Amino acid sequence: MSAASRFVFRRRGHGNRWHWTDVVTWIWLIGGTVLMFGPALWLVASSFKGPAQLAEFPPTLLPYTQITAQVEGYDDPLPLFTVTQEDGSTTILAEIRRIGTSAQMVDPDTPSERIDVDIENRAPLREVGLATENYVEPLVTNDFLRFLWNSVFVTVMATLITLLTNSMAAFALSKYRFAGRDAVMLLIVATLMVPLSVILVPLYSVVNATGLLNSLWGVILPTVATPTGVFLLRQYMLTIPDELLEAARMDNASEWQIYWRIVLPLAAPALAVLAIFSVVWRWNDFLWPLIVLSRRETYTLQVGLNTYAGELNVQWHYILAMTVVTMIPVVLVFVFLQRFITTGIAGAGIK
Amino acid sequence: MAAIPRTLGAIVTAPLTWIARAIDPPLRWWQRLTGLNGMAAVFLLPNLAIFGVFVLFPLVLNVVYSMTAGTNILLGDRSFVGLDQYQRLLTCEDYTQAITCREDMFWTAAGNTFFFVVLQVSMMILVSTITALILNRNIRGRGFFRAVFFFPVLLSPVVVGLIWRWILQRQGLLNLIMVNLGMEPEVWLNDRAYAFTATIGVSVWAHMGFYTLILLAGLQAIPKDLYEAAEMDGTPPARVFWRITLPLLGPNLAVVLVLALIRGVQIFDEVYVLTGGGPGTSTLYLTQYIYEVGFASILRNPGLAAAASILMGLVLVVLTLVQLGLSRRNEQRGSRQ
Repeated sequence: MSAASRFVFRRRGHGNRWHWTDVVTWIWLIGGTVLMFGPALWLVASSFKGPAQLAEFPPTLLPYTQITAQVEGYDDPLPLFTVTQEDGSTTILAEIRRIGTSAQMVDPDTPSERIDVDIENRAPLREVGLATENYVEPLVTNDFLRFLWNSVFVTVMATLITLLTNSMAAFALSKYRFAGRDAVMLLIVATLMVPLSVILVPLYSVVNATGLLNSLWGVILPTVATPTGVFLLRQYMLTIPDELLEAARMDNASEWQIYWRIVLPLAAPALAVLAIFSVVWRWNDFLWPLIVLSRRETYTLQVGLNTYAGELNVQWHYILAMTVVTMIPVVLVFVFLQRFITTGIAGAGIK
Repeated sequence: MAAIPRTLGAIVTAPLTWIARAIDPPLRWWQRLTGLNGMAAVFLLPNLAIFGVFVLFPLVLNVVYSMTAGTNILLGDRSFVGLDQYQRLLTCEDYTQAITCREDMFWTAAGNTFFFVVLQVSMMILVSTITALILNRNIRGRGFFRAVFFFPVLLSPVVVGLIWRWILQRQGLLNLIMVNLGMEPEVWLNDRAYAFTATIGVSVWAHMGFYTLILLAGLQAIPKDLYEAAEMDGTPPARVFWRITLPLLGPNLAVVLVLALIRGVQIFDEVYVLTGGGPGTSTLYLTQYIYEVGFASILRNPGLAAAASILMGLVLVVLTLVQLGLSRRNEQRGSRQ
């Protein structure tokens, strides 16, 4: 075994022999990598295929695009096909139009004479290429840009409000002694038991009564008072020494200034973790937006995607591309901030 | 390069700082008037107000809704019917046959959810325990592989549903593999058993990374000297696993079990996108039942949906209490060490 592979496959065992558990480990890890990344990669690869190619079976691994050629006498470029003649030889012809099971074709070199070809006898001429129009067209024509903006708005606003209100509450619960503090804490613990799916009907009624139906604020407000966020921040603020606050009070700082200028900056690591979580949560939210938003122009990406996927004639080439765009922020979080999240989960058990 | 994010940060925080400075004088006046207790109220107010309006009040309102009938969501237009909705949900001629129940869809959904939760949670624990054990070994690139298994956790349920719907469809990747192995292609999601299995597999795929992390943290908290002592005594590895690793991982396994149960009972998003509850009712689970009865169907019945959600909520309350009890015990154990 080379030095490099010895380095990579460093094993538990002490000798040079491979223990069976080492084999299991590497099968599991490599198989796991394929299984975890594979489906998403397959989606990305598929999102660059045109509609005709998506309908094919068996599917190709790589996206191909039809080769076209500019033929004299025709305005648009025509698609090229390999046509098998009766004698078995093949020629490359351009298709003008298709009528039933036969196609009207033309030789690019002699554009004046038309040839009728049975479509059984021709195969499209293709090269590896990306159908980028899957991405461009929904952006230009569909409501996709609107959905994207709605999702960004909900995510950013909900995260900002979550950070502000949760940190204020956490400050009061960690740094003040007042009557009823334990009762408030208990109340917050109790709401951990009330996931949104349990209060859908009355919450809808409240949102309806406050006039927030079909408004992005109706999506934002019910989600921002997360007990998890208050918990996380309170635990962190408990570690900030009270002497610091006392010293500031000596210098005639107001309580608001103490919160804003001293406690918030010191709690930045916990705030960062909550911010990352909040962004992922709000970006991914589905059931509640699905209920509150019934007008198309208010849809978030997740609701919009579901609507497109539920149509009678599913336009997979658009949906796949939109799914990839929906994945982008989360993939960025994964690549750059994954460490914060994993330590957050391992430390506090939140999700 | 670092100057750009800093400038951007300043642009975002500048107005916030300005607002914070502007509200300081009135708050200072309030502080002089009411003292620290008054300030505590100020800090708590925004969060508790939102809490009250959007969580606590609906919680109470849910009970009211569950005792009314009608298709209108406005409470004024609904009639009080007492416990009729619960009676409707819970009446069956033969409790082993969902079809004999007055509200057969509820029982179908409850039964489906039960089998789903049992199978999904056992799969989840098995797979994430094995993964955690493997990631806990002395392997190169542990951080990378930990991230690999965590990746699907971040994906939105809608994206997860679409990814797998695309793979399981007629011209999908799975059928490509089937054909290459010389087997017949299938329309997986049109088959009741396959669709049910798919919802289990997909949700395990999407969430196992989360539980793996909790178990991995538990494994890493096991003192190394225990293993060293076992090695010195020449204890066989299997015995080390059953006598040291598993008992000491027990508390974490219990937390994972309850968390997975709580999530499993509420399963909705990825299944709704993947199968829409079908084919037929083979993947109809409780949350989708509540959603459809309360909002989506033409003959919607918010009272019935509220009653069903309260029944589901009771199960969740019990599970959450168990979880809180468990994590408190773990904390105490941790502080004693």
